[in-house]
Amino acid sequence: MNNEPIKLPMAADQGEEAVCCPEEPLLLSYGDPAEANWVTGQLETTAGSVYRIATNPDRHDLIGSFKARWGFGRMNYTIPPALYAVGKPDNTSPVLVSANYKLSFDHLRRELTGLNLWILVLDTKGINVWCAAGKGSFGTAELLRMIDATRLVEVVSHRTLILPQLAAPGVSAHTVRKESGFRVVYGPVRAADIPAFLSAGNKAEPAMRRTQFNLPDRLVLAPVELTGMIVPLSIFGAALFLLNLAALVIKGSLVSFSLLISQTLSELAPFFIAMLVGIILVPALLPYIPGRPLAWKGWVLGMLWTFIYTTFISVPAGWLHTATFYLTLPAITAFLGMNFTGSTTYTSLSGVIKEMGYALPVIIFSAGLGLVALVAGYFV
Amino acid sequence: MKFRYLKNVVTLALDQDKCNGCGMCLEVCPQQVFKLNNKVSTISDRDACMECSACARNCPRQAIYVRQGVGCAYAVLMDKLNIRGKCCGDACGCSLDNIPDY
Repeated sequence: MNNEPIKLPMAADQGEEAVCCPEEPLLLSYGDPAEANWVTGQLETTAGSVYRIATNPDRHDLIGSFKARWGFGRMNYTIPPALYAVGKPDNTSPVLVSANYKLSFDHLRRELTGLNLWILVLDTKGINVWCAAGKGSFGTAELLRMIDATRLVEVVSHRTLILPQLAAPGVSAHTVRKESGFRVVYGPVRAADIPAFLSAGNKAEPAMRRTQFNLPDRLVLAPVELTGMIVPLSIFGAALFLLNLAALVIKGSLVSFSLLISQTLSELAPFFIAMLVGIILVPALLPYIPGRPLAWKGWVLGMLWTFIYTTFISVPAGWLHTATFYLTLPAITAFLGMNFTGSTTYTSLSGVIKEMGYALPVIIFSAGLGLVALVAGYFV
Repeated sequence: MKFRYLKNVVTLALDQDKCNGCGMCLEVCPQQVFKLNNKVSTISDRDACMECSACARNCPRQAIYVRQGVGCAYAVLMDKLNIRGKCCGDACGCSLDNIPDY
């Protein structure tokens, strides 16, 4: 099934720019850099004045980053596309190219203290380098447009641009050279390696070219995933509440409202923890869980959690309740594990399509049957 | 630690006859899929490929083919359900805030 051509919004044929949703351009207001907290002044160049930026993120930046990490205001966390100055650059200073997602921008500038260089910020619609490159907004055309718009040829006398290595899926270096005369050099994957890269004469050590996927990298997206779970979990909690209410009314044993609430919450608990297992434990233990498909890794931990819960924490009364937990909890963690493919640094589209092909029907069947068992459990 | 996803699924293909040995694919690949043997690029770690297409886009000889895509189940699901737009921003799962870095 992985051999058939599948058209996806982000999959582009070779040679074309990968565009996600060409019919709906995002209209974002990027604001005026002059009012930004990270601007420290202006620098006059032959091609006009350029804003100079601070390299130390301040309180505003830290609060903004924290909010973006939890998913608040994240879609509009941008900086205006332009040429910016770090330190006191002149016409021989290096030019770094970056995205206009503010988290990316903050990551970059905090590593540049003491350096004199230019940063060319492209309009990537507020999306980070890697995702924007995959979608084409950090692409050859946008780079050429910004070289032109900022009159970069008048600002610097050299013809070298340093791009993040992870921009390579969107940018064709030889095309940029042919069209603009600028040679694209791919810098290190991580901003922290830029000073070493520059002082080595634009040379990246092999280790600087490798993406890492260490524990902090795997967990950095957990907060935003947790925020995304508030609504589904609330709906599920409300459903459990109504089921409890209905069952108690039918049986004529509704005694107190607070008992009903605490009953609902204790029933919600194993599902809430399954969610935490899928969002936190699966990424954290990723290299140690056997097997390669991520849905499988999620399912394994879900089974483990179900076993622990039904054996040591709350032994279910009867096989129907036991079946409910074994069918629903691992389905939740398997789904969340599968969802984690989008946050990894190593999963391919072909692999994801293959994995989903067999995992999704199993997850849906298991969860569906589990829900039937769950509802039945209230009334038998 | 290098992670590897499913075996034998990626669409990566290399035409070694077209290769001029410039080594650009080795430079841009974030997963070290290629090696240079006698000035010709070879695919040495196929299962590590994530189909980002950095190599194909930066090959001056068009010697590499790969179907570009993001390995994101959420995006695939949204596409199958015909829900558009959600994935244009950063809302989709392919929001690698961890590695964009700059």
